[in-house]
Order: sequence, then structure tokens, then C-alpha cells
Amino acid sequence: MSDFTGSFWSSYVAIISLAGILACLVLLWVTARKKSVGHADNTTGHVWDEDLREMNNPLPLWWVGLFVITILFGLSYLFLYPGLGSFAGSKAWSSKAEYDTEVVEANAALQPLYARFDAMSVQDVAKDPKAHAIGERLFMNNCAQCHGSDAQGSKGYPNLTDSDWLHGGTPEKIKESITLGRVGNMPPMAAAVGTPDDIRNVAHYVLSLSGSPHDSLKAGFGKPKFSACAACHGVDGQGMAAVGAPNLTDKVWLHGWGEEGIVAMVNKGKQNIMPPQKDRLSASQIHVLTSYVWSFSNKMDAAKP
Amino acid sequence: MSSDSNNNKVIPIHAADENASSAFLYAATPKIYPRTVQGVFAQWRWLGVFITQLVFYGLPWLEWGQRQAVLFDLGARRFYVFGLVLYPQDFIYLTGLLVVSALSLFLFTAVAGRLWCGYACPQTVYSEIFMYIERKIEGDRSARMRLDAGDYSLEKGVKKTYKHIVWLGFSIWTGFTFVGYFTPIHELGLAFFQTRMGSWEVFWVFFYGFATYGNAGFMREQVCKYMCPYARFQSAMFDHDTLIVTYDEQRGEPRGHRPHSASLAATGLGACIDCNLCVQVCPTGIDIRHGLQYECIGCGACADVCNGVMDKMGYPQGLVRYATQNAMKQGWSTAEMFRRIFRPRVLVYTAILWTLMVVLGWSLYTRTPFRVDVVRDRNLPRISGKGEIENVYRLQLMNATETQQRLRIDVHGMDGLEIEVDDDILVEPAQSRWVPLRVEIDYNALQPGSHKIWFDISNDADKPFKITEPSVFLVPTR
Repeated sequence: MSDFTGSFWSSYVAIISLAGILACLVLLWVTARKKSVGHADNTTGHVWDEDLREMNNPLPLWWVGLFVITILFGLSYLFLYPGLGSFAGSKAWSSKAEYDTEVVEANAALQPLYARFDAMSVQDVAKDPKAHAIGERLFMNNCAQCHGSDAQGSKGYPNLTDSDWLHGGTPEKIKESITLGRVGNMPPMAAAVGTPDDIRNVAHYVLSLSGSPHDSLKAGFGKPKFSACAACHGVDGQGMAAVGAPNLTDKVWLHGWGEEGIVAMVNKGKQNIMPPQKDRLSASQIHVLTSYVWSFSNKMDAAKP
Repeated sequence: MSSDSNNNKVIPIHAADENASSAFLYAATPKIYPRTVQGVFAQWRWLGVFITQLVFYGLPWLEWGQRQAVLFDLGARRFYVFGLVLYPQDFIYLTGLLVVSALSLFLFTAVAGRLWCGYACPQTVYSEIFMYIERKIEGDRSARMRLDAGDYSLEKGVKKTYKHIVWLGFSIWTGFTFVGYFTPIHELGLAFFQTRMGSWEVFWVFFYGFATYGNAGFMREQVCKYMCPYARFQSAMFDHDTLIVTYDEQRGEPRGHRPHSASLAATGLGACIDCNLCVQVCPTGIDIRHGLQYECIGCGACADVCNGVMDKMGYPQGLVRYATQNAMKQGWSTAEMFRRIFRPRVLVYTAILWTLMVVLGWSLYTRTPFRVDVVRDRNLPRISGKGEIENVYRLQLMNATETQQRLRIDVHGMDGLEIEVDDDILVEPAQSRWVPLRVEIDYNALQPGSHKIWFDISNDADKPFKITEPSVFLVPTR
């Protein structure tokens, strides 16, 4: 746990700490007695500015006791807890160990709360108002940063409220996406598709699939070139959830819309990552979160808090 | 500076006397045994004790509707004060209250010295209660001194044990009451007797109780003399027209014992018979005849007891009395002295104090019992399928009323702004909730950059309110 590279600075700090405490004790002892006091009028005999006299009012003993208690507290603290250089203290306390213990305790305290939901199916959990409230908090703390507070995503971050699922929208698949994360991989396909004109034609063909505004002549030229894309997106362009290839026949454009957006994707490709949550959330939390996310695209009135 | 004018300013430095015995500079505090006192100021103090303690012990038991009238719910972060429900965001009111308290202290101190110390401070009040218990069990000053000086006996053991049991019982009740401001006191009482209080409740009941026991039973005047900062800056708040407990030196001196029958003129003495009672009643153990001292808490016990002595001697009362330094010096009458209360310092304090109290009261009275925070989602604005640009916001709706609120949220600031949010949003009594919502506008309606918008939050209850909160709408560069 020590940040010191050698033992010198550790002993340096330890010696200064102990010497400082010792010096306090010595100071208390040395200042306890004084000669040449004891004037009859209870002054030290000094007079300033004509009539200001220094009174000899002894420090109350209980106050001295407080100093002694402070010193004893300091010494016991340094014995029990880390403080003397790299000495770890007899309790071997560390903030990380305390944090870990508290996490374990908190999880144990939360376990009964989640136990009820563990036994239920995702569909049933989604109907439970309490689970909905827990799910909302989990979502706000862990998911909303990318997917948005309303779960409708943004450019590059999928919308979770529609029924367009890149990797499948069943409860099992959603849980898998949250637990293990996902990597969406669109390789640069320029070489496979052909010339820049070919790529533009393919873009218009792709636009035609969803009935978006396009040039039907170019789309006609692009159609044969789409075979390079069909391996993942399918011959009909409806995508393939198994590899996370998006459906090109709907109007959901995760990475950019229109001819330019599609050309850019074909030329440059893209790797889009959903980080795995299994190390951050417990299986029970992921279960509740799954039901919350699932409920966006499977509206039920009962789920309102 | 010339050496002439400097002559009398040489500080005489005495060399240490070789034969002087060394003195111990730490000393055990002599225990003070204040004698019982009766009189008008003692009555005022007991009135102070009764009022403050009636409030302290009684307040948590009052009910307001379905809940405790005064409850500081730290866990839920709601602070209930009769009809008010305060959120941590209302902290400014506590600041206002503290400023008003501080200014009141300045004002009272300027007018009549340490009124707070003498009649209302918890240290005084609890010491008074503890001394009352002590007196009932061990007797008055001389009896207590005898008991302490005497050898151990059955009587001493019984009396001391009895006293500490009563003290401790009272202390625990005090600690319990204190915790009752933070945990509903009825449930706490039940938990107390079933010994199933939470660990923090146990800690605070006994810690606060222990502090009461220690401060009022043992530390007493030591707290005022060595810990309290107020005594140390009293001279900054006093002036020569401040009413303080004063010994009338001109009338009293030369002091001396005399036969009861002797007439004052015949003895050639002042009115002070040097009976020392003023020292015996003093809770901080000082002699008021030395003049104003920082230890004096202005309780007036010496004035009370001296008035009794003056009555017995057939002298007029008021040898020790509330008087100003100016009045003493100039021999002013009471009316002349009181006229000086209305001096600029006091008038300025009063004006500031009233202004602040009116402002504080007015702002509390007109406070909207609902609060809204707007937090814009930090991710990029998005373009919807309809070709509109969308920003996502989360609104924290904080209900500071005790009824359910049905809300309507609108947005304004630019033409064509549309808001997508549930029609009626319910917020439960004294609860807060987050509501996500979208604001949209046509993609080409705005220049890229940040645009000011405002959310309007209104309710349709019998006590309507409308809150407007600012935010921004971001449009990305194309």
C-alpha cells in the first residue's frame, strides 16, 4: 500500500510524527512550572501601558487532561490505523477494503429485495411497479448517459423504445446484450463494392429499400452491387440479428441519414461498442433492468408506477 | 518619539527571584457552590427555563395532520415545520434564521448585555435545572460543602447516588427528546422501551444525554469561562450605555461590617456591609464588586441577593443593579439612563433586524411550495425521423405540499417548439420524481448553437401555481 520507493521517507515521516507527539508531552511538562510568580495580587508583576497587568490564572487541570487525551488518541490511532509512514496499523485498515466490505454488505441487504424478482419472468417483472421504479433508477444511472433519459438514443446510440433490435429484442437477447455487451462491426466495403460511382449507386439502392427519397436509375445500377452487402444484411436487406447487421428496409438510421451517410459507412466502416455490464451490475439487477428495457417496446399499462 | 515622552513607558522587567519557589501553572478548578437566590431576576430566569424547556420537550409531541408537527427527516431529506415542508434546497431559510438570531444577539447585547447567557442559554438553563435537583437532594450551599468535605458515609453515598440517578434520567430524557426531532418521537418512544432503537438513535440519545450530564452537572461555568466565544467578544458589543449588572461603588464604599442597629451615617461606611453573599450566589464564582468581568454571565443573582440584604438593613435597594457605565459615572437617573437606549447603534441594529425578519417572513409566506430543476441530457441532440431536431431533458419535480399534484408542462421561447411529455404528471405529497421529456423543433428553424428556452410547470389544483425554469436548446453544427 505504500507509495514510497524506499524506506527512508517512510521512517522520516514516522519519526517526525512520533517526535511531534512527544514534543507536545514535553511542552506540557516543561510549561507546568514557572519561577518568579506568586505576587500577592495574583499577577506576574508585569505592567504595560500604565495599568495593564498580566494575571496569573492557571490553566484548569481538566484542560490539561484534554491535551493528554488528545495525545493518547493520536498514539492509539497511529497504532491501529495507517499513518506512521508505511506502517499499515494493527487493524490493517484500508479505504478499499472498507469499500469492498460495504459493497458486500449493501448487496446482501439488497438481496431480499431482488429475490422476489429473480424467480419471476422478465414479462412478469415488467408488470411490477416496484421493479419498474428500481429499473428506472438503474437505467438512469447506468444507461441514460448514452441511450438518453428517454431511452430513444442518439446518433450512434440505438433507440431502445422502437421494435428495431440490432441483436434481437427478446428478453433473453436483451439480457445478453446488457450482460456481455455487443460489438457492431461494419467493415470498410469500398473495395468489395467497386468504384465510387458504384458505391453511390448502392447507396441509392439502400435508400430505395425503405422507400426513402432516392434516384431510381442509380438504385437500379446499384442493385447488383448490393451482393457484397448481402452476406450480412441479407439479400432482401432485412439485416441479420445474429451478427448485429441492421435492417436497411426501415427508416432507422443509427449512424447517419441519406446518401452521404450511407456512402460514408460503406467507405469507412464502423465499429460500435456496447460495453458489458456484468462486472458493474449483479445478475439480479440485470434481470430487473432487462424487464425495464423490454417494457419500452412492449407497452403495458400495468407497469406505470 | 522623544525619549522624554517615552520615559514612563519602560516595561519593568523583574529578574526571577532566586529564592522564589516554583509555582504549578495548572490548577484543579475550585468547585463552585452557588447559594440559592430569590428575587426578580431569579424569577425571570426560571421563566426562561420554563419557556425554553416547554418548547424543547413539548414541540416534538405536537401533531400536525397525520404527522409530527416539527420533524427533521434527514433520511428522506424533508424538514417539516408545522405547515411547511422544506427541502435541502430551502437551506437559505436556515441561513436567514441564523442571521436573524445573530443580529438579535447583537441587539440584546448592546441594550442589556448578556441577556442570552443569563436567561436563555442551554448551558445556563440546564445548569439551573441540575442545580435545582442537586439542591433538593443535597441541600443548599453550606450543606453541599459539608457533604463534599465530609468523610464517606452512608448518607453521602445515598445522596450522591440518588442525585446522579436523577441527573442521568433527566439527561437521557433530554437526549431522547433531541433525537425525537429527527425520528418520529412516538415510534422512538416505543422503540426505546422495547430496546430496539437503531444504532445511530442509541448513539445520539446517549451522546446528547452524556453531553447534558457532563455540561450541566460538572462543567457548568467552565464552559462559559473557557469554551464559549461569546464572553470573549462581549467587549466588542458593549458600550458605555449598555445595561450591565453593576456594583455602585460610590454608594457602597468603604465597605465594612457594622452592627445591625447602627445608622448608616453614624458608621462612616458605605452601604456595602461586606457580607460576601454576592460572591456566594455567583454561578461563575466572581466578585461583582471588581467591576465588569468577562466571566459575568449577567444572571443578576448578585443583584437579587443584595436587594434582600439592603431590605434587611433598611437601605434602599439597588447597590448591585442593572445600570450603564455612563449612568454610574454621571449619576444619571433611571429615566436618563433608559433614554440612552435609543442611541444610533441600537436603532441601526433594530432597523436591520426588522428588515431581515420582514423579508424572511415575506419570502416564506410567498414561497411556491413546488420546485423544479431542469437537467438537459448531455448526449448529442438527435434528428428524429420526421426531420426534426430533438433535445432530451429530465425535470426533477419536487412537491413541497402535502397533497398530490397533477402537473402540466409546457415550453416556450421560440416559435415552433413542441414538447413531448405525458399529459398529466402526478407527484405524490412531499415526494420528488424525475420526468424525462423531449423538446423538438424543425431542423431548419434554428441556427446552430445554444438557444434559451423556458419550461412552464403549472398545476390545476385549488392552490394554483406556475413555475418557469430556464434551460437551453442545443442545435448541432451541420
